[in-house]
Amino acid sequence: MNKTINQKAWFFVIPVFVLVAFNAIIPLMTVVNYAFQETFGNNVFMWEGTRWFKQIMLSERFHASLGRQFLFTFIILFIQIPLGIGIALTMPKEGIGVPICLVLMSMPLLIPWNVVGAMWNIFALPDIGFLGHSLNALGFDYNFTQQIGDAWFTTILMDVWHWTSLVVLLSYAGLQSIQPAYYQAAEIDGASRWAVFTKIELPKMKKVLTIAILLRFMDSFMIYTEPFVLTGGGPGNATAFLSIDLVKMALGQFDLGPAAAMSLIYFFIVLLVCWVFYTLMMRNEGNQ
Amino acid sequence: MSLELKNVEKKIGLDTHIYTTNLKLEKNTINILLGPTLSGKTTLMQIIAGLDKPTTGEIWFNDKNVTGMKVQKRNVSMVYQQFINYPNFTVYENIASPLKITGISTDETKQRVGKVAELLKLSGMLSKKPNELSGGQQQRTALARALVKDSDLILLDEPLANLDFKLREELREELPRLFEDRDCIVVYATTEPSEALLLGGNTATLQEGKVIQYGKTLDVYNKPNSLLSAQVFSDPPMNITKIKKVGDNCSFLDDSVNWKSKINIKDGEYKVGIRPHNITTYKEGNNSLEIKGKVLISELSGSESLIHFTKGDLNWVSLSNGVFQKNVGDEMNLYMNADEFIYFDENERLVTNG
Repeated sequence: MNKTINQKAWFFVIPVFVLVAFNAIIPLMTVVNYAFQETFGNNVFMWEGTRWFKQIMLSERFHASLGRQFLFTFIILFIQIPLGIGIALTMPKEGIGVPICLVLMSMPLLIPWNVVGAMWNIFALPDIGFLGHSLNALGFDYNFTQQIGDAWFTTILMDVWHWTSLVVLLSYAGLQSIQPAYYQAAEIDGASRWAVFTKIELPKMKKVLTIAILLRFMDSFMIYTEPFVLTGGGPGNATAFLSIDLVKMALGQFDLGPAAAMSLIYFFIVLLVCWVFYTLMMRNEGNQ
Repeated sequence: MSLELKNVEKKIGLDTHIYTTNLKLEKNTINILLGPTLSGKTTLMQIIAGLDKPTTGEIWFNDKNVTGMKVQKRNVSMVYQQFINYPNFTVYENIASPLKITGISTDETKQRVGKVAELLKLSGMLSKKPNELSGGQQQRTALARALVKDSDLILLDEPLANLDFKLREELREELPRLFEDRDCIVVYATTEPSEALLLGGNTATLQEGKVIQYGKTLDVYNKPNSLLSAQVFSDPPMNITKIKKVGDNCSFLDDSVNWKSKINIKDGEYKVGIRPHNITTYKEGNNSLEIKGKVLISELSGSESLIHFTKGDLNWVSLSNGVFQKNVGDEMNLYMNADEFIYFDENERLVTNG
């Protein structure tokens, strides 16, 4: 069969191509460019090879912020996923309660990130903030601007408040899609509530939970705005997660080469973790 | 063993889903709930199972009032339209799942699962997961789950509706055999009259939450107590027309069709129901009426031909054996077997079935 030659098809492809080039490929290649060279401005570059990569990989500062990042991400996943599923399970399945719950749940997601940071900053201030003042009044020695534990506690609490809703909404959607017949079948079999959860609800929510975990992993691994506004990475470097550290290096110290190398490493870590996780979760999925 | 519904009624808010119903289902019978979608089959079935409570009325099982008793204590099993299996259990574990709380030994479980799996042709796939099976096999697994324990009551809610044609035919033929020699009451909901006829037993025709008629399947089919019952139990839909009877002379369609009848009913006007297969392209029976119709649609269904035609102001459906096609708009002769007419009075109650 002869193919018709029609170059007009390019008009459909080119806009997407240009868009992707401008918002992803060109900026990324600029970063790649910086990562292998040294520059002192005036568009003068010197080839450095893998020097910046070696420097970052061996730097204690990077190890520390990477460690903090993983710790933070694991803690919030550990809290938000079970909590989100738990809240979704207790939400009403029909009636007027459904829209009310859904709107209430969506609220934190609708607030701009820097506002979330500012809100929690004021909320947690030890002298005038409601949370900070109350905790101190109750006898806790709480000061998130000076004590590392308190800073972590506040940052985690803020993230849980901000993002648990996303897990709730996704889990709720997953739960709602389970046909009532499944619950009836379990009832007939005399299955316990726990068995219904582990044998029906969890397997049926698997795909949507995989997405929830992936989204929460990526977002929390790249978290910047909220801790930047809340703690500014402090006290000291206690809450300086990867992206905060990266910005410090790139814009604070103007070490463009190492910062570019670091952002590439950062990017590959996110990509690798997501790929491994997704592949593991989906390896036994049939074509259901 | 018997199951009895006494004055059962189900209301949700102001809507009545099931109107006052009295039914007695006997041991070792298949009972078919036949009715179109939303006629209340599923609701009635859930009340029978104990998954739902009637608003008023009682359910008696073996002369014991079981209204409101929890379903786990009732020893029932159920198969749904959707293929309901535990997603991360193997076929074996799925079939064995209803036995778990009964405390039956592993050896017996193994033996029972093996037997049921063989009956349903699942022996080769016991270690597979449901999502590795075809729709037909998934439904077979669900059926096996229902059959593995000796339930007093097996409920099947349109179990074949989600299967594609070939698998449906295949499983449909096996169904009567599955319920043979079982000491239980089977309740089977379906929208399809042909399924009811194939399964035999008893049939209850349902319409808009009311049980219209209940009795032996063939009796309900041959002697519908009302036009409504006859319509529910007819697919393709029944033809309905008005006839006049004066003495021995019967006529319909403004006297354009006349015949002599020795039928023993008084003179007057009647509504007559004529099943599509009693209108054919060839003469059948001794009392065959010839009419001329104009073809609306002609379609094939298996080895039968459906012809929709107009005659008078009415649309008719005929079903003849054999495969043939007519052109739209053609005039053609069709024959009605007057011995098979079913007569209803002005209130649409049965007068006689000819």
